[in-house]
Amino acid sequence: MKVNFNLNGRNVSYDIPPGEYLADTLRNHSFLSVKKACDEAVCGACTVLLDGRPILSCSFLSARVEGRNVTTVEAVQDDVDEISNFFSDEGADQCGFCNTGLALTILALRKELKNPTDEDIKHFVVGNLCRCSGYQAQFKAIKNYLEAHK
Amino acid sequence: MKTKVVNHKTPSVDGKGIMMGRPAFTDDLAEPNSLIVKVLRSPHAFARIKKIDISKAKVLTGVEVVLTYHDVPRTSFTRAGQGYPEPSPHDKFILDEYVRYVGDEVACVAAINESIADQALKLIEVEYEVLEPVLDFETAYENKNVIHPEDGIREMFPIGFEPKKNVAAAYDMHIGDVEEALAKCDIVVDETYYTQAQAHAMLEPHTANARLDYHNRLVIYTSTQTPYHVRRIISQTLDMPISKIRVIKPRVGGGFGGKQALHSEFFVSLVTLKTKKPSKMIYSRQEVFESSYTRHPMRMRMRIGAMKDGTIKAIDSDSLSDTGAYGEHALTVFMITGSKVLPLYNKVDAVHFGGRVVYTNHVSAGAFRGYGAIQGNFALESAIDVLAKKLSIDPLELRRKNMMDEGETSPIFAIMGEGTEGTAMDMDTCKLRYCLDRGAELIGWKDKYPFVKAGPHKVRAVGMAIAMQGSGIPYIDMAAATIKLNDDGFYNLTVGATDIGQGSDTVITQIVAEALMTTVDKVIIYSSDTDLTPFDVGAYASSTTYVSGNAALKAALKMKGMLIKEAANYLKVKEEEIVFDGEKFFAKDKVLTLSDMANRLYYNDNQHQLSATESYVGHKSPPPFMAGYVEIELDTETGEYDILHYVSVVDCGVTINPMLARGQVEGGIVQGLGMACFEDVKYSNRGKLNSNSFLYYKIPTMLDVKKLTTEFAESYEESGPYGAKSVGEIGIDTPPAAIANAVANATGVRINNLPVTPEKIFQGLNKRK
Repeated sequence: MKVNFNLNGRNVSYDIPPGEYLADTLRNHSFLSVKKACDEAVCGACTVLLDGRPILSCSFLSARVEGRNVTTVEAVQDDVDEISNFFSDEGADQCGFCNTGLALTILALRKELKNPTDEDIKHFVVGNLCRCSGYQAQFKAIKNYLEAHK
Repeated sequence: MKTKVVNHKTPSVDGKGIMMGRPAFTDDLAEPNSLIVKVLRSPHAFARIKKIDISKAKVLTGVEVVLTYHDVPRTSFTRAGQGYPEPSPHDKFILDEYVRYVGDEVACVAAINESIADQALKLIEVEYEVLEPVLDFETAYENKNVIHPEDGIREMFPIGFEPKKNVAAAYDMHIGDVEEALAKCDIVVDETYYTQAQAHAMLEPHTANARLDYHNRLVIYTSTQTPYHVRRIISQTLDMPISKIRVIKPRVGGGFGGKQALHSEFFVSLVTLKTKKPSKMIYSRQEVFESSYTRHPMRMRMRIGAMKDGTIKAIDSDSLSDTGAYGEHALTVFMITGSKVLPLYNKVDAVHFGGRVVYTNHVSAGAFRGYGAIQGNFALESAIDVLAKKLSIDPLELRRKNMMDEGETSPIFAIMGEGTEGTAMDMDTCKLRYCLDRGAELIGWKDKYPFVKAGPHKVRAVGMAIAMQGSGIPYIDMAAATIKLNDDGFYNLTVGATDIGQGSDTVITQIVAEALMTTVDKVIIYSSDTDLTPFDVGAYASSTTYVSGNAALKAALKMKGMLIKEAANYLKVKEEEIVFDGEKFFAKDKVLTLSDMANRLYYNDNQHQLSATESYVGHKSPPPFMAGYVEIELDTETGEYDILHYVSVVDCGVTINPMLARGQVEGGIVQGLGMACFEDVKYSNRGKLNSNSFLYYKIPTMLDVKKLTTEFAESYEESGPYGAKSVGEIGIDTPPAAIANAVANATGVRINNLPVTPEKIFQGLNKRK
């Protein structure tokens, strides 16, 4: 089947098997920032933005994005570049496999929550699992990034 | 020593590119048209394949290969990914007539896409003779059901391998007469502890892909901690010349020991060799849980004898370890349970350590950060607190009186190595006393021990543990580095050391930049590729900063010598007259920039390439030490508790990169807290893994982490690069005992079997009522 949607600002029309999930469609078309780690919408690594809101693309049928806007890290390079500076500054980078998904969640967080408390921040990103960092450096980096955009 | 790069805040060299989504990981680099490789896995915990019919699968359109045990070389090997000869038994075949756990490999298919590969798996007809599994490791020894009855398996050197008794390895050692010493003690603590299996749960699943290059060589990209071991083991098992194999380790998305071993490499290699087409295999998350590795579950009986004044006289540690279906790391993890735990109390008259590692029909256990030390630490450090209570001595006081100090040693170091004899060494750096005191200050021990009331049925309590680990395996772990000078005066640094996300590329770059008096951006690191980078055993045993870092430092100092020699030649002065500041060479009134010299070297006169290679093998394994303190708030009606604060004070020598070192410690602490508090690999009574997804196996989230305080002791290890020891594992060791001790301090209920769940505490509280 064909699915037509706006991907990173460009209209695309992809031939896909009907049951294909968005993470696979995107990776098959070389949008490699999208990572697959749990296959069942639990870990957050496959996060992309659908009409600006984070979704878990590993369990989201590609057919459902027909006519909608999908954003991956490839399209928000300047924003992620900036977020990564805050991560570097706190030493929050480790393996980085979760970081592309987390970056998009952070962008959504910045847009959706005004003046979030620490608990708000944690609840917003709790679905982005990380096995390396112990989270504290990540949390500080996110907080500093949001602070800089107040 | 004043440093400019080392021990200074330095961002990781690769964090930005990875966050920005640049292709970096194994599957990002797979050929777009790769065949998809999948494995049919056993539904039974133990069975023999009576008949396997692949005829229907084979003729399905789009299927390229179907392999069963009839089609693959029958060479026994170990997937462990250790140096050669391995201390793990060769008890595994690529595919076998027997399947030994739910998830074991039955057959392998390759097809043009995933859905055809899945259909093909369903078309394979297998007739099993279902055998009675051994699912309780305490009944495995000499059980009538033998998990490895087959011929052709062996140990590489004596490790106590007795497969007919379900024993993968065994070990026993004595210092003095422990029974006699215990008999003379005023007080003997005798407790038995259980630690559970833990899943690594690295975010990037195991994955590998293969292709044949235009030299007709097999090129394997794999998410591995040990590219050189992968190359060797693939060559040995597929019986192909090692010169025909190239292994490339791209960026690895977390390992924690789970990727020390080989997993999908065999299958993609076989498929690509057979079809001449590129292929790839990605483990599903279910496969990562069911069919890779766990931590070795253990039972540890710990007896500690002491005099009334608190002098510990004897320690007896008798343990049983469950290696699951295959014996990867069976002996070495077991030995670390003693060798990197018992020396903490080095003033005893007698020590005994021993026991067996048995097979069961569970997921194979393997290397996992902490590697036995976390298990042994839980037992020993829990028992020390029990002893303190019996003696009515503050647990800190008891430790201060008996623990290892700088300049001291333990006879255990010489006796116990990793599968072999060990290496005697003195503790040239051991700031344990500082760590203990500083940690107590940071947690507020004086005011909070054992607990303070925080509400009608809430208490806040503290608990702690001390720990040690190692820095590589002496005389076994070897690492090498090559530095090449480029025109304009920047460097390429190629290392076999394996960055798996821990930041070793950054740390090694810093070491080289420091030695060459330059900046990190002038040193371009590449790791690792068996064709291009020099040898390194890989990222395990807390070896990278110490062993690989030392190799890089040696190479950098050699390069510096070469630069000065060339500069002296160009400036027509003696080498001793040259002063080099990293950018310029000065001699009397003459100046030559490195950039100019490099350009002359390659374009103008006296032209030749400058390149320096050095290697390093440790002569000792200086342990990092730490004290871990936790404060919890516990509900005495329900047993529920929150972790309010975890304090780590660590002696890992000089931190090459303080932020990344803190990241290693904090990452280890939280992974250790997961094991201490709730992570639990669980099976059905038929041996099927129930905890086979993140929905059923919870790992810590950001909400579980309230406050971590991490500090480093001032410490300089002479033998380490710029004074460093390793720091990759030490962080994981203390949480289980610290949590159990805090719960005991809060309630009087002592939990001896991990994880320390509210249910167990609740039951303990009820029992007391």
